[in-house]
Amino acid sequence: MPAVQETVDQVRRVDVDQYKYGFETLIESDKAPRGLCEDTVRFISEKKNEPAWMLAWRLDAYSRWLTMREPDWARVEYPRIDYQNIYYYSAPKRNAGPKSLDEIDPEILRTYEKLGIPLREQEMLAGVVREDGSTPTRVAVDAVFDSVSVATTFKEELRKAGVIFMPMSEALREHPDLVRKYLGTVVPVSDNFFATLNSAVFSDGSFVYVPPGVRCPMELSTYFRINEKDTGQFERTLIIADKGSYVSYLEGCTAPMRDENQLHAAVVELIALDDAEIKYSTVQNWYPGDAEGRGGIYNFVTKRGDCRGRNSKISWTQVETGSAITWKYPSCILRGDNSRGEFYSIAISNGRQQVDSGTKMIHLGKNTTSRIISKGIAAGRSQNTYRGLVSAHRRAGGARNFTNCDSLLIGPNCGAHTVPYIEAKNASAVFEHEATTSKISEDTLFYCMQRGLSQEDAVALVVNGFVKDVLQQLPMEFAVEAQKLISISLEGSVG
Amino acid sequence: MPPPARNCRASPRGATRPSGASPRAACAHLAALGARRLVVVDGHFDLALSDLDALEAGLSIGSLARALADGERNVLARVGAQTGADGDPAYALNTAFMRDGVVITLADGAIVERPIHLAFVHAASSPRAVFARSLITIGAGAKVMIVESHEGAPASDYQVNNATDFAVGARAEVAHLKLTGEAANALHVATQVATIGAQARYSSFTFNVGGALVRNQMFVRCAGEGSTVDLGGVSLLRQRQHADNTLVLDHAFGGCVSREMFKVVLADSSRGVFQGKIIVRPHAQKTDARMMSQALLLSPDAEADNKPELEIFADDVQCGHGATAGAIDADLKFYLMARGIPEAQAEALLIQAFAGEAVETIAHAGLREIVMDAVIAWLKAR
Repeated sequence: MPAVQETVDQVRRVDVDQYKYGFETLIESDKAPRGLCEDTVRFISEKKNEPAWMLAWRLDAYSRWLTMREPDWARVEYPRIDYQNIYYYSAPKRNAGPKSLDEIDPEILRTYEKLGIPLREQEMLAGVVREDGSTPTRVAVDAVFDSVSVATTFKEELRKAGVIFMPMSEALREHPDLVRKYLGTVVPVSDNFFATLNSAVFSDGSFVYVPPGVRCPMELSTYFRINEKDTGQFERTLIIADKGSYVSYLEGCTAPMRDENQLHAAVVELIALDDAEIKYSTVQNWYPGDAEGRGGIYNFVTKRGDCRGRNSKISWTQVETGSAITWKYPSCILRGDNSRGEFYSIAISNGRQQVDSGTKMIHLGKNTTSRIISKGIAAGRSQNTYRGLVSAHRRAGGARNFTNCDSLLIGPNCGAHTVPYIEAKNASAVFEHEATTSKISEDTLFYCMQRGLSQEDAVALVVNGFVKDVLQQLPMEFAVEAQKLISISLEGSVG
Repeated sequence: MPPPARNCRASPRGATRPSGASPRAACAHLAALGARRLVVVDGHFDLALSDLDALEAGLSIGSLARALADGERNVLARVGAQTGADGDPAYALNTAFMRDGVVITLADGAIVERPIHLAFVHAASSPRAVFARSLITIGAGAKVMIVESHEGAPASDYQVNNATDFAVGARAEVAHLKLTGEAANALHVATQVATIGAQARYSSFTFNVGGALVRNQMFVRCAGEGSTVDLGGVSLLRQRQHADNTLVLDHAFGGCVSREMFKVVLADSSRGVFQGKIIVRPHAQKTDARMMSQALLLSPDAEADNKPELEIFADDVQCGHGATAGAIDADLKFYLMARGIPEAQAEALLIQAFAGEAVETIAHAGLREIVMDAVIAWLKAR
C-alpha cells in the first residue's frame, strides 16, 4: 500500500529544499594549512595546548590511518574524498579564550540565536515563566563552531553538582587523568578508517563526567555548527557516567548550504559504570545538499556506548533528516550483567540523500537486553538503508533482543533496504527480529484494539510509546520538529 | 547402480553415528511414489542406471556431456546465458569445471505425473571434487515434480559443486525438493538458479542432514508478472556440521507473491547460517514477499547466524521478514512433561513441530511425508 497523504506532507516539510539553516556566518577564522600531514596533527595539538601524551596518541593514530583503506561496504556512493583538500582546523579568530559570553564574537552569538540555541543562561536563571505558565526547560549547552567550542553554559551550577561538562580541549588540560583513563577505550584508535582519522585530528567536542550517585540536574547539550568552507569537522565526545549516576545528553548539528561536500567524521564514546544510565539523543540536520544532489555533508560517524557496569543502561535516540551521506551505527556493548541497550531511530531521506544507518547490540554479559526500533522513510531519489547487528556471545546467557524495523517509500524513485545480522552463539539467547508492523506485539495491539483503537492507531501508539518518552526530553527547539516526525503514519510500511 | 561402499570406518571428525535420515529411505519412498530415477554418479549422468523407458509425451531427457559435444544450440545458449548467479564464485567454478549432468526438457503444456528423481551418488573411494550441471527447461503451462537427492560413501572425503538451472515457462507449475544426505566429511556446495515466467508457480524445498559443510544457494528471479514462488528449507545439524542456506529472490516484475520459510535445528557444536535477500526492482509494484528464518539451538555450543535482507525500490509493495533464534521453550516442555511425556520425547515433539511448520509448506503429500519421516528418523537417532 502506498504512503498516506499525511505522511507525504510531513516528509515534504523536511525535504532538501526546505533547509532552514543554510546561511553562512561571515567571520574571520584561523585555519590550519590545507591538507593533512604530521604537521597538521602537531598544529592542532599545539593550538589546544595539549599534553605530550595526547600528541603521541594522535600521531600514533595518524600513522595507523595511513595504512588503512576507506570502507566501501555501505550502500552509499560518492566520489573519492580528497583528504588533502580539506582544512582540518578552523576556529573563529580571537585573541584569547573568551572569559564570558560578552567576549564572544557577536556574529557567532547571532548565529546560534538564529538556530534557536540558547547560549544566554541569564533569562533562564531569572526564572522566567512563560504565558502558558510553564518554566522553560533548562539545558546546559556547549556550542561547537567549526573546530572549537565557543561557549558552555551553566558550568557553575553543574560544578556544584560535581558534574564536569566542558569542551574536550579544556578537559584535556583540567582533567587529563580522567580523559586519559577513558579516551579510546570504547572506540579504539584504529577502530575504523574514519574513527582513526578522527583520533588523529579531532579538534574539540564535549567531555562529560557524572560522579557516582549523581543525577545530572539538567539536560546537557552540544550544538555543532560547520561554518567555514572546505573544512572538515572532527569532534570527539566522551561521556562517563560513574556508578549509579544518570545523564541525558542531546546533540544537534547544522551547516550552511554549499555546492561542495564537506566531511564530518565524529567519534562519540559513552561509558556507563554499575547502575548508571546514559541517554544520548541526536537531531542530525546537517545540510543535505540540493535536490540534484549538489553539496551536502558527508556524515561518517562512529558512536558507541559501553555498558561496562552491572545494571547499566545506554539508550540512543536519533532523528536523522540531514546530510548528503549518513554512515553511522550507534552501538551498545552490553558487557555488564543485566545491562540494557536501546536504539530508537527515525531516518528520513529526501532528494538524493543516502542513509546507511543502524545499530549494533553486542551481548557479552548475562541477562542483557536490547531493543531496537527503527523507522526509515525514503522519498525523492534517496536511498535509505537500515544495517544492524545483534549478537550474543557464548557467555551471554539469557540475552534478549527485540528488533523492529519499518521502512516506508514515498514515490517510485527511492529505495529502502534492510540488512540485519543476527548472530546467536548461545542457546539461551532469545532474538526476535520483526519487520512487519502487525507483529510489534500481538498482545499489546489486541489490548489497544479491544479498547476501540484502530490497528493503525494502536501500532502508532505502541511505537511512539517507546520513542516518545525519550523524544519528549529533547529541548523545545528540537522537540517540536521531532514530535511531528514521529507522528508520521506507519501506514504503508513495507517491512 | 553400484551401491556406495558401506564400510563404517571412524571418520576423522568423529561423525560416526548414522545420520538416521539417509536419502536411501527417501529413495525407497520415491520409488513407491512411482518416481522416474535418473542417476548421476560422480558427476556423470549414467544412462544405463537410469530409468529412461516410456518417457511421457513432451518429456525429453539427455546428458549434458552429449549435448555439449553435439553443440546443441539450446543447451549452449542456456549454459552461456546470464543468470542471477553471475559473479558468484561457486557457480563460476561450476561453469569452469562441469562436464556432465542431466538435461530435462518439458514441452509446452506437457503434464508429467511421475516425479523425476535425480539421484546424485558419490561412490569414488579416493578423495575427489565433483562438478555437475543440470539444465531443466519447463515449457509454458507444463507441470512437473523434481526431486534431487545427494548421497555418498560414508567414510569418503569428497567435495561436490552442483548446479541446477531451471527455466520455468509462463503458467507452468514446478515443485522441487532437494534432499542433501552426503557423507560425514563431504563438502557440498549447490547452486540453484531459477527464472520464473509469468503466472507460473515454483516451489522449492531444501532438506539438509548430511555433509560436514553444506552451502545451498538459490538465485530465483521472477521474470514475468503474477508468479508465485515458495521457498522453504529445514536443516538438522549436529556435531560440527555447518549448513548455509543463501538465497537471492529477485522480484523483477510486479504482482508476484513469494514466501520463504527456513528453519534450522542446531545440536552439539553445529552452526547454521541463513542469508536471504529479497530484491524488489523499480516498477515491480504490488509485490508481496514474506521471509521467515528461525533457528532452534539445542546446545550451548551451537551457533545461528541470520541475515534476512530486503532491498526495495518500489513503493506499492508488501515485504516483511522475520528472524528468531532461541532455545526450546521451557514452558512448553514443562507442559508436555507435566502430562507424563518423558523429557527426551517432549523435546523431540517440540523439535518436530518446529521443523514441521516449514515441512507443511510442501504441497505434495507424498513428498511432504518423505521429509517428515526423515525429520523423525533424525530425531530418533539423536
